[in-house]
Amino acid sequence: MKCLLVKYSSEITLKGLNRRQFEDGLLKEVRRRIGGEHKIHKESGRFFVYSYSDEIIKELQKVFGILRVAVADIVEKDIEDIGRAAVEQIRGMKNVKTFKVESKRGDKSFPLNSMELSREIGGFVLKSIEGIRVDVHNPEVIVSVEVRDKAYVYAKEYEGVGGMPYKSAGKGMLLLSGGIDSPVAGFMMAKRGLELSCVYYHSHPYTSERAKEKVVDLARKLSEYTGPIKLYVIPFTRIQMEIIEKCREDELTIIMRRFMMKLAELAAAKERAKALVTGESLGQVASQTLDSIFVTNSELELPVFRPLIGMDKIDIMDISRKIGTYEISILPYEDCCTIFVPKHPKTRPRLVEIRASEEKLDAAGLMMEAMENAEIIVVE
Amino acid sequence: MELVYFDNSATTKPHKQVIEEVALCMEQYFANPSSAHRLGVEAEKKAKAARTKVAALIGAVPQDIVFTSGGSEANNTAILSMMAKGGHIISSGIEHPSVIRLLESMEASGVEVTYLEVDGNGLVKLDQLEAAVKDNTRLVTIMHVNNEVGSIQPIEDIVRIVREKSRRARIHVDAVQSAGKLELDVKKLDIDMLSLSAHKIHGPKGIGALYIRSGLDLKPLIHGGGQERGMRSGTENLPGISGFGTAASAALENRQEKAGRVHMVKKYFIERLSEISDISINSPIDDRHIDNILNVSFRGVRGEVLLHALEDYRIYVSTGSACSAKQSEHRSHVLPALGLRECDVEGAIRFSFSYENTLAEVDYTMEALKKILPFLRRLRG
Repeated sequence: MKCLLVKYSSEITLKGLNRRQFEDGLLKEVRRRIGGEHKIHKESGRFFVYSYSDEIIKELQKVFGILRVAVADIVEKDIEDIGRAAVEQIRGMKNVKTFKVESKRGDKSFPLNSMELSREIGGFVLKSIEGIRVDVHNPEVIVSVEVRDKAYVYAKEYEGVGGMPYKSAGKGMLLLSGGIDSPVAGFMMAKRGLELSCVYYHSHPYTSERAKEKVVDLARKLSEYTGPIKLYVIPFTRIQMEIIEKCREDELTIIMRRFMMKLAELAAAKERAKALVTGESLGQVASQTLDSIFVTNSELELPVFRPLIGMDKIDIMDISRKIGTYEISILPYEDCCTIFVPKHPKTRPRLVEIRASEEKLDAAGLMMEAMENAEIIVVE
Repeated sequence: MELVYFDNSATTKPHKQVIEEVALCMEQYFANPSSAHRLGVEAEKKAKAARTKVAALIGAVPQDIVFTSGGSEANNTAILSMMAKGGHIISSGIEHPSVIRLLESMEASGVEVTYLEVDGNGLVKLDQLEAAVKDNTRLVTIMHVNNEVGSIQPIEDIVRIVREKSRRARIHVDAVQSAGKLELDVKKLDIDMLSLSAHKIHGPKGIGALYIRSGLDLKPLIHGGGQERGMRSGTENLPGISGFGTAASAALENRQEKAGRVHMVKKYFIERLSEISDISINSPIDDRHIDNILNVSFRGVRGEVLLHALEDYRIYVSTGSACSAKQSEHRSHVLPALGLRECDVEGAIRFSFSYENTLAEVDYTMEALKKILPFLRRLRG
């Protein structure tokens, strides 16, 4: 018989009195993903899922908080049985030349202590597989044996996504564009346990229906990790037009960004989210210089999480490929940020000047209108 | 208005009798037309009937029709099979991408291509053609009606010039936009090959045809079971083929009357466009342009933006021009070839009609344009 052994982040086990909450959150996520019908047993620092299939492993690998998943053989507490399972586990992996055995004895009535058990099983493996050696310092494979109600034997481990259980850190509002960065930023925060809702600014007729579909597809990709995500599609054309008509051309982008942040805060209030999340990376474009970030940030009450702030574009692209958003992000539909680009956007805007420019606009009225006309899509 | 569909050069709405024919073939004539049994024979009969109908569309005999997956495959087959041994090929600068992109790739592998220029009306310069035909010219491929501006090439003149200059050169015509709309007779025109597509004449998608003059010995593109006289292997798409046949017959029914209706729509549209400032018409109403296509440049607006704005009124159109420098690979090659200025290329919209369009739809569209344009144009300067 086989079961899955799920190991989660040691950060969770270090949570002291709150540890239960985190573990329960993780368990809930696991159940949501693989379905409630599977028997799950919670142990210290790990779960046992008494079901086994490649699909379940794949699902578990996407659950935030899970470090590794191993397929364990459940056998009788008998040296022969355990040894045979260990040999089979090693044979299931290709060309293993070195190994070691690590044992844990949960059942103290078992006659051998963990050192003795490891030695016995190691000997059994050496006898059974030709040419294999023990390497205690740097083995290719570690065969783990745990003795409790039965003996559990496992070797191969599948990497999980890591991080903290989804929703364990509260809720944030992600500013999702069609680009490469923002979905990665969302992924990184979700991985730290932040529940996500998203806002997208739609500039119909300047952006096409396909641009919106692209953002929905990005949210859907994120939802593969997070579960259903709420997406606010906020009409932005009116605001852009007002800015273009009434403000200086080189201030267009920065004022637009300020509106986006404020609107995101309004959406956050509706969702009881306590943070904004953006894909900004310091100095990447004119609106992401320190001066620009200072100006876009200065009217906000919520903290803004910018997980990519210190990352290079190449590294951001790597993550986006890994999580599967890259192929969607590079589709060539324009979003609201790329259609009206000043020839020489300000890279060092000054807050007083920008505030003065905004005096010419009915900011509150424009934002209220935009929020009233927002479309809410639940993506799953 | 429920919906105004002015995008008939992109594709047309299938006729009801086409849909029924396709469904009938899927339900009852599902056998493989190559099968030896009775069901196979019945399916083959269906295909034969359709072949006759499609042939009638262009004055050909049924044996000279090879069904393909569509216009693009027909164009590719004609050009690739003709140029298998290399040589010189003559085309124009305003061909469909299925010709232009293919020629570009063939150029990279050593085939010599001459692209004839077009004048401001989108008509190939015949003196250039005359100068271009050489001893090793194997193929002249020119589209009959251009898909973006609707210019009608003088096929008779082209054929006459080619025949005078060369006995070897073959002539291929991409008639995807003209078939069923203009009179077309491959025998009278003395054409060697001609491409057709079903979905441009209210037929199903995924089916087209290549007319190949009998006696012309071509190498197939797709090898296999030898269907379509060995020219196009693969089990016949019978629902598509039979639906194509139905659409071809329907296109010939009351053709004059239908053409008259399309003419009225274009004429009226152009009249009413005089109420709008800063536009230019890239496809005037005359005998050098098909009535089905009306290409208009709206200055001070990007075509794509106008397209999306019209969507709010459930009016559906096309733009040939790209919306940004980023997408320059999708940029129209046709409008610049006509000598249009950058701003007129940017603001170009193609309205394309079928006989089902009405004057009331034109009125409705004009109302929409009058509401949209002032709003979009306030950003000018």
